[in-house]
Amino acid sequence: MSEVIGRFRFMNEQRVNLDGFATPDANLGLIAFDSPHDPQPSLTLHNGVVIEMDGKTSDDFDTIDQFIALHGLDLAIAEEAMAIDSLRFARDLVDMNVSRASLVRLAAGMTPAKLAQVLSQLNAAELVIAMTKMRARSTPSNQAHVTNRSDDPLLLAADAATAAAFGFREIETTVPVLGDAPSNAVAVSIGAAVGSPGMLVQCSVEEATELALGMRGLVSYAETVSLYGTEQIFVDGDDTPWSKAFLTSAYASRGIKMRVTSGGGSEALMGGSEKCSMFYLEARCVSLARAMGAQGVQNGGIDAASVAGSVPGGVRSLMAENVMVMLRNLEACTGNDALMSESEVRRTSRTHPIFIAGSDFICSGFGSIQRYDNMFGPSNWNSEDIDDFLAMQRDWGVDAGLRTATERDVAALRRRATEAVTAVYSWLGLGDFSSEWAEQAIDAAGSKDVPDADLMLPLSASRTIVDTDVTMLDVIAALAENGFDIEAERCLDMLKARVQGDYLQTAAIFDESMNVLSLITDPNTYAGPGTGYRPSPERQEVIDTIRQQQSVSDIRAEQHSYATHNIVATGTAHISHDPRDVVIGVSPATGKDIWRTLSGLSVAEVLHEFMAGLEEEGCIGRIVRINDTVDLGMIGLTAARMSGSGISIGLQAKGTALIHRRDLAPLANLELYSVAPSLNRELYRQMGINAGRHAKGATPEPMRNPYSDEAIEARYHTKVVGLVAIERDCSSDTAPETMEVR
Amino acid sequence: MPQGFSGKDSNEVSVDAIRKGEVTIDDVRIHPDTLEHQATVAGEHGNAQLAANFRRAAELTRMTDEYVLSLYDALRPGRSTHDTLLEYARDLEAAGAPLNAELFRQAASAYQRRGLTAQ
Repeated sequence: MSEVIGRFRFMNEQRVNLDGFATPDANLGLIAFDSPHDPQPSLTLHNGVVIEMDGKTSDDFDTIDQFIALHGLDLAIAEEAMAIDSLRFARDLVDMNVSRASLVRLAAGMTPAKLAQVLSQLNAAELVIAMTKMRARSTPSNQAHVTNRSDDPLLLAADAATAAAFGFREIETTVPVLGDAPSNAVAVSIGAAVGSPGMLVQCSVEEATELALGMRGLVSYAETVSLYGTEQIFVDGDDTPWSKAFLTSAYASRGIKMRVTSGGGSEALMGGSEKCSMFYLEARCVSLARAMGAQGVQNGGIDAASVAGSVPGGVRSLMAENVMVMLRNLEACTGNDALMSESEVRRTSRTHPIFIAGSDFICSGFGSIQRYDNMFGPSNWNSEDIDDFLAMQRDWGVDAGLRTATERDVAALRRRATEAVTAVYSWLGLGDFSSEWAEQAIDAAGSKDVPDADLMLPLSASRTIVDTDVTMLDVIAALAENGFDIEAERCLDMLKARVQGDYLQTAAIFDESMNVLSLITDPNTYAGPGTGYRPSPERQEVIDTIRQQQSVSDIRAEQHSYATHNIVATGTAHISHDPRDVVIGVSPATGKDIWRTLSGLSVAEVLHEFMAGLEEEGCIGRIVRINDTVDLGMIGLTAARMSGSGISIGLQAKGTALIHRRDLAPLANLELYSVAPSLNRELYRQMGINAGRHAKGATPEPMRNPYSDEAIEARYHTKVVGLVAIERDCSSDTAPETMEVR
Repeated sequence: MPQGFSGKDSNEVSVDAIRKGEVTIDDVRIHPDTLEHQATVAGEHGNAQLAANFRRAAELTRMTDEYVLSLYDALRPGRSTHDTLLEYARDLEAAGAPLNAELFRQAASAYQRRGLTAQ
């Protein structure tokens, strides 16, 4: 059964075709922008009260409309704002001569449908500019998920410290087992304090439980306060705009930072879209978030990102949601958390514009742990991708919140984090950890590497935390009593920050010196090239200096470690007249500074293969170092002119090789191995054989260069540049020398 | 450094004092005056709603965690009758929390119209 042609069978097998793609269907809410059922923007005021909004009179308002009408609009400017042409306002969003402040002021008077109409006008490139200009905080940041399958406190703490080391400023944890929440909050808070001062920590669980954890000081912010764009789904979530507004104030009343969560596609996913577009429903959520007085919003699809991703324009709508939050003068935690595609290309494409533009938090949950350990579900970015992300920052010169960490530093932090948790849990009677468990957690790349974890410990620890009313004060005392003074101070600083309240303001984070960076203290001032956030020279160096980068001296040192000194010069080489003589011309660094080829063979092994191949053909190989050129063609030609047969093999010590003849132009050759990293002994032997056949006047079957679908050039070009530089350093006027392999 | 809810100056709250058991959670809880200050700052930075939230929060600082959690629960859909919500509003008014009282009155009206009151 093969009605599908091979080309399509092959295409169907690609991973992107595991993704679901939906035919747009407004009746199911499967439409990104502009459902025919979306209302046109409108607003009617009477005696300072909203009596009509977005096509509905106040009698028909649902609770979302009503809350927005009562609290969400700046009525003093609403009429002016609603009268502005949406396209003109959209253009102002990307006009660097129009200030953020003036746009924010007018947007405060716009209804949900108006905001949706404005932002649906921006194309992808314009969204990048608008995000760059409109985000609240100047300095971009990023948030990590730190969770694991077993709620292992040691691993949570080690991974929290690791996340801090890689530059994340917020950590969100959650539980596979609800009862484990208090233990997770304590373990992550301790680990975060080991990693850095000023780390914000939350434990995402059911709303009332999460608030209770916050009241005990065990977490420092909250995020999972969900909003929905239709009343039915809102109520299904067991809340109303009033209960959520109250919750918002409850967090602030304990000095705890809080943002709400929404995101396009969730209503469609739950079958309650009321035939409206994802973007319009999200506009209602964003308007409601502002109306409630939340300082920020996590949106951009979130759990339903793949629903948005399944329809045309859906990924663009996710970014437009984020920009809408910024336009409403709120903190934007810009999604990029739930994995929205099986395709590496699509998931990168989904994030990349936001990554370039910068936001308050690029990811509202970068899985800093492995995919399988992410109890929110795999993220769009995971610990598998940290090095990719760091390389992308370096490629674009972009600060997306992360930084390189050394293995040594991370190892030390992980050890200290497990020691701190062990001490605190023991001191507070929460549980005891075996040393095997601790060693496994320090080394672990994920919870599968910690077989000794006791799954019951987090549960019993949590019960004790609740029953004995453990607060952050007890944790601080336990840290101090056990010699973790720095961590005790850092945890105390986070409590004091609540007393101060500055981090309740929009888009607040702490830097590593405990300075609050927010809309108030670090406002975005972007107004075109040369303005706004630019990494400082120090920060840029951190971004640029990833641990994998190699200099020529690193490559030289690596070659030195391979030095065997078994290739030696024995005197000046002569010209031969023996027709069996084939000269193997080698590059200047051979026997001096380069000992291993790019394929991992030693240079001596390669020379042995050439000699053996020539011998098979009854020829005599003679190794001559050509000292005055690094160019392989010239090495080969010079060697051919010294060769009795007129045939030579040329070899650069990095492994590139050719067969040359004395009457050819320098850049011509008989045969060439250009892909040095892919060569093996058999291929070099074959080159020796073919050179011998050429010497005898035969026409051998040409050798085939090995071919691979790997990014060989990406892997080796840096080394090639370094090795050529070493060759150049070794070159001199010294006459060709006879060499011997011992 | 502002003072905590208890009135204690933040500078007096140290790790050492915590070890000695001289610090209570109220010493590291935000003071209503601080929230009032943050409300002023939010209002000056173009966010009247955030300011209003901080002012509602200032009223809640004086209430116990349990009471705050019970107020939240009362506002969840289908938990309270119209009259219960108005009773809460009266209690809040009497407790010096007029902003939260207003929130409850609004909720009572909206819930009744939308069928979200307890039956």
